[in-house]
Amino acid sequence: MMMDSWSVAGRTFNSRLIVGTGKYKDFEQNAAALEASGAQIVTVAVRRVNVSDPNAPMLTDYIDPKKITYLPNTAGCFTGDEAIRTLRLAREAGGWDLVKLEVLGEAKTLYPDMRETLKATEVLAKEGFLPMVYCADDPIAAKQLEDAGAVAIMPLGAPIGSGLGLQNKVMIRLIVEGAKVPVLVDAGVGTASDASVAMELGCDGVLMNTAIAEAKDPVMMAGAMKLAVQSGRAAYLAGRMGRRQYADPSSPLAGLI
Amino acid sequence: MTASNLISIQLNGENRSFDGPLSLLMLVEKLGLNPAKVAIERNREIVPRSILADVQCADGDNLEIVHFVGGG
Repeated sequence: MMMDSWSVAGRTFNSRLIVGTGKYKDFEQNAAALEASGAQIVTVAVRRVNVSDPNAPMLTDYIDPKKITYLPNTAGCFTGDEAIRTLRLAREAGGWDLVKLEVLGEAKTLYPDMRETLKATEVLAKEGFLPMVYCADDPIAAKQLEDAGAVAIMPLGAPIGSGLGLQNKVMIRLIVEGAKVPVLVDAGVGTASDASVAMELGCDGVLMNTAIAEAKDPVMMAGAMKLAVQSGRAAYLAGRMGRRQYADPSSPLAGLI
Repeated sequence: MTASNLISIQLNGENRSFDGPLSLLMLVEKLGLNPAKVAIERNREIVPRSILADVQCADGDNLEIVHFVGGG
């Protein structure tokens, strides 16, 4: 496979797969799945330290932030203010300005609240953050986010944690065609073919957590996702054949006996 | 120790008392935490790591100490 890197906010990565660090059985399994995935970026959450058990194992003991880019997220935030507060703390905890913004609208669908998301994007960009933004599969909202300072657009493929695969291929393609910043499908991937579909649509990358963490063998699935992202990307670059309504034989008709 | 040295604070949502005076850096170390791996908010304002030793806990402070955990 040729070297095929992508860049977000001036940082270049070779892997187009971003993986989460939630829902794993333990940190060892998480680290092994990360290794198998080849991902160079992981999403992490910001939560209270357990002050009654400071010696509990920590994520940073298993995934080295000097080798893997930590992308702090705002999962669990239902207002822009909560999300901004979380990312200010994240910047202090890790010193990173590259962050993932998600502002959720409701618990049932975990669908993004785009009004709050857009407002928070503007504030974060003004404060010097580089927000990669989880958003609806809405090409207009995507442009608005870009104008507000989003460094990457991350539309959902299906509800977070659902594993239903891309439900909205037309809109994802339209977002990709209209964007000047990277587009990554974030959420909804269930298995390897879903990741390939996202890449075949021209996305710059895919972000997933549950599809790997809840597989029967997460480490093997992480390896499958790595290949799926690579093959989907290669197919996009190769340019697929046109679609026909009817059959077209592959063997010549001339010379038939 | 006199009663006036006792500092009562809200720490990650729990009521805790410590002997004062107590800087934020001393508090973090007393809790057994690595200051390089946490971020601290005092009364809703971030306290930069570089000045943890200079900021004193005051009675009634509301402190949040956070770090990175697994998430999607």
